[in-house]
Amino acid sequence: MSNALKTRYDVAVIGAGPAGLAAAAVTARAGLETIVLDENPSPGGQVYRAVTTTPLHATTVPGDDYRRGLDLVGELERSGAQLVSTAMVWSVSRELEIGISRNGSAQLLSARRIVLATGALERPFPVPGWTLPGVMTVGAAQTLLKSSGLVPRGSVVLAGLGPLLWLYAAQLLDAGASINAILETTPRRNLLSAVPYAPAFLLSPYFSKGLALLSRVRRRVRILRGATRIAALGDGQIQAVRFEAGGREMRLPVDNLLLHQGVAPNVNLAMSIGVEHRWDALQLCWRPIADEFGTTSIPGIAVAGDGAGICGAWAAEQRGRLAGLRIVNELAGGRVVEAPSEQSLRQSLRRWQLGRGFLDRLYQPAAQFRVPEDDAVIVCRCEEVTAGQIRHAVRIGCEGPNQLKSFLRCGMGPCQGRLCGLTVTELMAAERRVAPQAVGYYRLRPPVKPITLAELASLPQGDAAVSAVVRQ
Amino acid sequence: MTHTADAIVIGAGIHGCSTALHLALRGVKALVIEKDYAGRHASGVNAGGVRQLARHLAEVPLSVASMEIWERIRDIVDDDCGFEAHGQVLIAESETELDGFRTRVDDLRLRGFRHEELLDRTQLRHIVPAAAEHCVGGIVSRRDGAANPFRTTQAFRRKAIALGARFLEGVSVINLRRQGRAWRLETTHGSFEAANVVNAAGAWADHITAQVGEPVPLQVIAPMLMITAPMPSFVTPVVILRGRKLSFKQFANGTVLIGGGHLGRPFRNENRTELDWHKLSESTGTVAELFPIMAGSTIVRAWAGIEARMPDDIPVIGPSHTSEGIFHQFGFSAHGFQLGPGVGALMAELITTGATNVPIEPFRIQRFSEPQHSEHSQSGRQEPMN
Repeated sequence: MSNALKTRYDVAVIGAGPAGLAAAAVTARAGLETIVLDENPSPGGQVYRAVTTTPLHATTVPGDDYRRGLDLVGELERSGAQLVSTAMVWSVSRELEIGISRNGSAQLLSARRIVLATGALERPFPVPGWTLPGVMTVGAAQTLLKSSGLVPRGSVVLAGLGPLLWLYAAQLLDAGASINAILETTPRRNLLSAVPYAPAFLLSPYFSKGLALLSRVRRRVRILRGATRIAALGDGQIQAVRFEAGGREMRLPVDNLLLHQGVAPNVNLAMSIGVEHRWDALQLCWRPIADEFGTTSIPGIAVAGDGAGICGAWAAEQRGRLAGLRIVNELAGGRVVEAPSEQSLRQSLRRWQLGRGFLDRLYQPAAQFRVPEDDAVIVCRCEEVTAGQIRHAVRIGCEGPNQLKSFLRCGMGPCQGRLCGLTVTELMAAERRVAPQAVGYYRLRPPVKPITLAELASLPQGDAAVSAVVRQ
Repeated sequence: MTHTADAIVIGAGIHGCSTALHLALRGVKALVIEKDYAGRHASGVNAGGVRQLARHLAEVPLSVASMEIWERIRDIVDDDCGFEAHGQVLIAESETELDGFRTRVDDLRLRGFRHEELLDRTQLRHIVPAAAEHCVGGIVSRRDGAANPFRTTQAFRRKAIALGARFLEGVSVINLRRQGRAWRLETTHGSFEAANVVNAAGAWADHITAQVGEPVPLQVIAPMLMITAPMPSFVTPVVILRGRKLSFKQFANGTVLIGGGHLGRPFRNENRTELDWHKLSESTGTVAELFPIMAGSTIVRAWAGIEARMPDDIPVIGPSHTSEGIFHQFGFSAHGFQLGPGVGALMAELITTGATNVPIEPFRIQRFSEPQHSEHSQSGRQEPMN
């Protein structure tokens, strides 16, 4: 695969996770000139992170599902798509011009179609002390495990809910580490609302996988159910976690507290382009408005995978293929091309989406862990804005996240709201007693990821990509 | 049902809010009609420069008058608006440029304005130690500075409301026409009547002028800005260039705002802009040459506001030429923020007394339909974003 970039492609796919790899393989195999831009050193996204380079293959730690990533990378390589790793996309315009940064310099390229396969982000878990060293997210810990084989030292407590929490717990145990306790935060009433969706889940491939996972972990780890009022305690470093369970307050000494309460679509790039989004009241997040093929409100821009709404790796792959197929039909229509059948893709997607309603309800995080009750809790970590400051701003007339930026600089740090955006929307909505949709989200400004001044200064002037892109 | 008001102000940018406040101070309770929300466009997202430095000669008296209001801003709006007077410096990058600056400073002195002071190489380094070696001098305006633009606009709005003004936000004017001695405005939220109407509609002001039969050559522009992650403190005053486009300001939290008037593409009907990365790249190149310390800084955000620019780069201020009771206050051509407090006061004076203390003849709307208007081009420097 050549690493020299052209200035124009038929298709540019952003993100080399399951959806991006699958979408690009479809378009490239159909003869469309396809580029995959990914910011990591190797393909796989989060779920198959470092699948081509991990030190764990000699072990059983990552599990069989993880190896699916190798199949996808192989399929991409055979398809003829150009994969560009360590390429950070910092801007996409409605004119389908993409700003990327790579090896310390910036460049622009354009495409006739763009697939955003930007995946998911961990939902913020703003509890007292969540900014202390020694507190991190389960996802971040799993990244260290997958890419470097690292496990946390000392006493480890996991807190939260969701499939990833259990998967990581099992991987950690398989890697020989010990877990002192898991503070399970699933609210009891979640099970009641999930039960009607259980029949579909029983048919889902995830059912047996999940059951096996749970029993493996439960045999070896102390599980404290119904944990509430979690707080990380310590002076400059976490020393203990305090919580309530079974009606009493408890305290455990801990060196590493790993938090997780599910994932949400990473919509920053889509939002910055102006793709229309709506608040998903079940998954409690923003998701782009898109059809089954990922077609969005912006011509030429499609979304696929978890970035289009949380669906899991296997469904993400199918959604990637469907997005690719639509593009093939539009750009290579009439020509004889090699492409999967739409019907089989839809079938497969349905199979992998079975039981999603059950998981979404069972693992819907509790309000107290999404909107901090304690006014002293930091919500915006970049600018150190607390829940109390945001509540005060609402009381003096600040109506939404964009005015909040001006009032408090909330969300204006380098993370561009990735760590606070959902909390801010829900907190303001609760305070104003309106729906999150009415509060809205930050207007996101490019660069969606920070670039250095020197990189931007290196942008080639008079680049051919400047000229208006002719859409077909 | 038609509601009546003492006066109607169209547009709740810094200018509309300031005019409403100053009208209220004179006992006229205005109704402000804003299609989005106060400070949504140019007034809320500009660089916040509070600058008398390097202004078009016609604007100097206005700017000086406005500065007097800025210096007691807390007394007027009960908020300091984040205004800090750390000065503004115009840097000369060549001896030729410095010669031009010298002529300008001398000329201003002859006209009685002493806010601009020439700096030689040593004096420049004293004020801006981080400036690159090739900078030979400059001009400083010591009482200038910067403020928080959105906060300022909101403060004027709040104070205007406290004094009796009313604001209708999210309401667009559909048309206006004469109704007896009054003006009748049809809006998306009903009809309103007032004897006097102020057109402070910014990039949309030409829609209003067209309604009263005086079209203007208004250009919609989208000046771009960028901000960096915090840097060690290295520059106190706002720094601007003229030969190349740049304005530059480090905030107390270390972040650095980079502007200067490079334009993106505005889509005013959609309330959005597109950035031009090549021009932003040019800006970053200029920054790195002027302040080598900036090469390693990180750009975290870039944006553009939607603003009106007139062909001669000075605003339209004053009564309509065709329609009694209509007053214009727009077209500030990307340097209207500092003028907001002063021009609001002046408009209130004009509406209530029929005259102004500060000369506004150069800003008359009919200049665009007159055979020539060469007298205003003599010092026609292009102004950067605030």
